[in-house]
Amino acid sequence: MSDSVDADEVEHVADLARVDLDDDELAAFADQFGDILGHFEALEEVPEVEAEPDLVNVMRDDEIRESLRQEEALENADDSEDGRFKGPKVS
Amino acid sequence: MSLNAYITEETIEGSDDGPLAGKTVAVKDNISTDGVRTTCGSKMLENYEPPYDATVVERLKDAGATIPGKANMDEFGMGTTTETSYFGATKNPVDEDRVPGGSSGGSAALVAAGDVDYALGSDTGGSIRCPAAFCGVVGIKPTYGLVSRYGLVAYANSLEQIGPIAPTVEGAAELLDVIAGPDENDGTTREEGEDSNYGSAARGDVDGLTIGVPTELVDGADDRVVETFENALDDLRDQGATVEEVSLPSVEYAVAAYYVIAMSEASSNLARFDGVRYGHSGGYEGNWNESFAKARSEGFGDEVKRRILLGTYALSAGYHDKYYKQAQEARAWVKQDFDDAFADVDVLASPTMPILPPELGESLDDPLKMYLADANTTPVNLANLPAISVPAGEADGLPVGLQLVGPAFGEETIINAAAALE
Repeated sequence: MSDSVDADEVEHVADLARVDLDDDELAAFADQFGDILGHFEALEEVPEVEAEPDLVNVMRDDEIRESLRQEEALENADDSEDGRFKGPKVS
Repeated sequence: MSLNAYITEETIEGSDDGPLAGKTVAVKDNISTDGVRTTCGSKMLENYEPPYDATVVERLKDAGATIPGKANMDEFGMGTTTETSYFGATKNPVDEDRVPGGSSGGSAALVAAGDVDYALGSDTGGSIRCPAAFCGVVGIKPTYGLVSRYGLVAYANSLEQIGPIAPTVEGAAELLDVIAGPDENDGTTREEGEDSNYGSAARGDVDGLTIGVPTELVDGADDRVVETFENALDDLRDQGATVEEVSLPSVEYAVAAYYVIAMSEASSNLARFDGVRYGHSGGYEGNWNESFAKARSEGFGDEVKRRILLGTYALSAGYHDKYYKQAQEARAWVKQDFDDAFADVDVLASPTMPILPPELGESLDDPLKMYLADANTTPVNLANLPAISVPAGEADGLPVGLQLVGPAFGEETIINAAAALE
């Protein structure tokens, strides 16, 4: 794939990202994505760089700390039931 | 005429004394404030009230600051003009037909208008320095790890830092003193900011200082911006600084690398917004995929959708190596270029923004054009370095910012040099 993206490809990605788009949005994004990805393709010219990884994993044992109370954790939820978040059905 | 610089005006009182007693500090609306809504400029979080304070908000309150409200911003920090806010664009107080820059446009506009003493912004690819430049005030993007991000709603966590916006270099430095330092709630913070005294570094003593000017960051800029920038360099030479050209070939790839990395991180970070635990709900019709997709479709604006989709694309099977892996290579190259440059010079200078503040509405139709305006600011985030934007003068009556970049944890050096331009 290069500088052109069609609406089907945008729809596939939108599906992966769980974002509903209407036909107008699909067409507009397909247009813009061609331009933007075309610019990103310049990255193919970037040489391989010898870099020391400067991040390492630092582990510690689990420990109990102060955290949100259950009511606080639930107070921004649209709905809750028996002290739990209420979500849509799974299937 | 209102600048529309606040999303929420609600006063949060700090303690009675401290270094910021009697000062007002506006806080960008992606920084959590306990019980005061924090929207990120998005419909998704229109009614979200955090149950806790960000570390920087606790530090402001402990220092005696009064927070008069939450400042407008591009939605989730995604923008260079503050026009992508669900709550409407903020106007530039210098010229109300123009944008204040972004994404921390509300913060910079409030400081420039004199409505607050200081403000906090966040900078992922220039979001503090751009509005500081466009509004004619000072903004600092700290070294990655200097300031805690605990309670900052994440957009691209490997790139972003919270930082100060103020009318003067000394003011920005004093605010940085309050917020800098390690935090056990953010494992990426470092010890370097502990007991800092950046405020006293704002001496403006550039005698003997070597300033490198990366030609790549000047060549593409508007002529009027370049002329103002050159005049500011002359001013620094007159005060004893040496100015020399340097080359950073990697920065030609910085915008592409920045956007691939930022969008990829955004697609992951913003996956949390499914309308169940917080945020705009997609209702209970249909299955969870349908409900989540509806919540996100209704809750996010165009620019946020664009970045989530492009990030998802860049990370997807078959494209990961072409985009994401290459962007990481470019990031390593940019870091190396800066390291090499700092072997010869003390600081690097460039125009903060290659353009003058655009008129409202001018930038929205062409996202790539808007991304390219971040050419001079994004390399700094890729390299995790500190940078300051300080007013360099005016062109056509509009503010021009000069950016100074320092080596990692070299905040004192850039604060000192920036003060020489006041």
